[in-house]
Amino acid sequence: MDNSHIAGAAHGTYKSYLIGFILSVVLTVIPFWMVMHPTMAPSTIAISILGFAVVQVLVHLYFFLHLNTSSEQRWNLVAFAYTFILILFIVVGSLWIMHNLGYNMMLD
Amino acid sequence: MTTDVLDNVNTHEHAHHDASSTRVFGFWIYIMSDCILFAALFATFAVLGHNYAGGPTGKEIFELDGVLIETFCLLFSSITYGFAMVAMNNGQRQLVILWLAITFLLGAGFVGLELNEFSHLIAEGHSWQQSAFLSSFFALVSTHGLHVSCGLIWMIFMMIHVYRYGLTELNKSRLMCLSLFWHFLDIIWIFVFTFVYLLGVLNG
Repeated sequence: MDNSHIAGAAHGTYKSYLIGFILSVVLTVIPFWMVMHPTMAPSTIAISILGFAVVQVLVHLYFFLHLNTSSEQRWNLVAFAYTFILILFIVVGSLWIMHNLGYNMMLD
Repeated sequence: MTTDVLDNVNTHEHAHHDASSTRVFGFWIYIMSDCILFAALFATFAVLGHNYAGGPTGKEIFELDGVLIETFCLLFSSITYGFAMVAMNNGQRQLVILWLAITFLLGAGFVGLELNEFSHLIAEGHSWQQSAFLSSFFALVSTHGLHVSCGLIWMIFMMIHVYRYGLTELNKSRLMCLSLFWHFLDIIWIFVFTFVYLLGVLNG
């Protein structure tokens, strides 16, 4: 069955899915533990758990969605990059505008 | 194993191959547009998430142990769906159906736990009507839950399709689309888990 490959997206092996899964479990349990047993300043914990989330998203994209820089995946990656920029505009823009609004209306 | 022979014949036809590749890419574009939908809901939650209107904060109402179990349901379902895809690429039809069934049970477990959490919140009077925080919380988390529920319905149909028609080229590209959808929902859940629950408990 060497020709059973579906074009348009790459596929993984039992091993690659297991590696992704174990990494995800570790990256879920550590931030959970940090929040349940806080030993550091809240701001340090907040930044750390955001870091763990970003790393876990990258792990999922690589091991589960098989997004990579190969030519077959290039358009998937371009669409993803464009979406990422749009998400930044929506989220950062909303927060910025609403923060300014609150500041100018003296709601804060 | 007649279907396997037919599969090989189909895979050799490049027209099928290209159509399937275009279909999967088109579905990827849909997923990207779904990302924008969730970005808008996350932005809403980020703006309104601290407006408690005298109601409870996240810290007072979230039960993180239950949320951790929900998270593990989704994580396990991601890897079992991955195994279904490996079985699909190896042409093991029965194994595909078995892994899909396990994935379905884990996904159903997630939805069940989430509905249980929601019903507890509403029973205690903390529905979406109480504060802007709770409105944006319910809008965001239930939209994700609704997506998972749609994925579950889709999975039932895929099990029936694979059982009746085997691993045809069309079924394979459908399974590939569902795979993208399912793993995408797990990624959205990472953000829900981190921004809504963990940061909610930390800062509430």
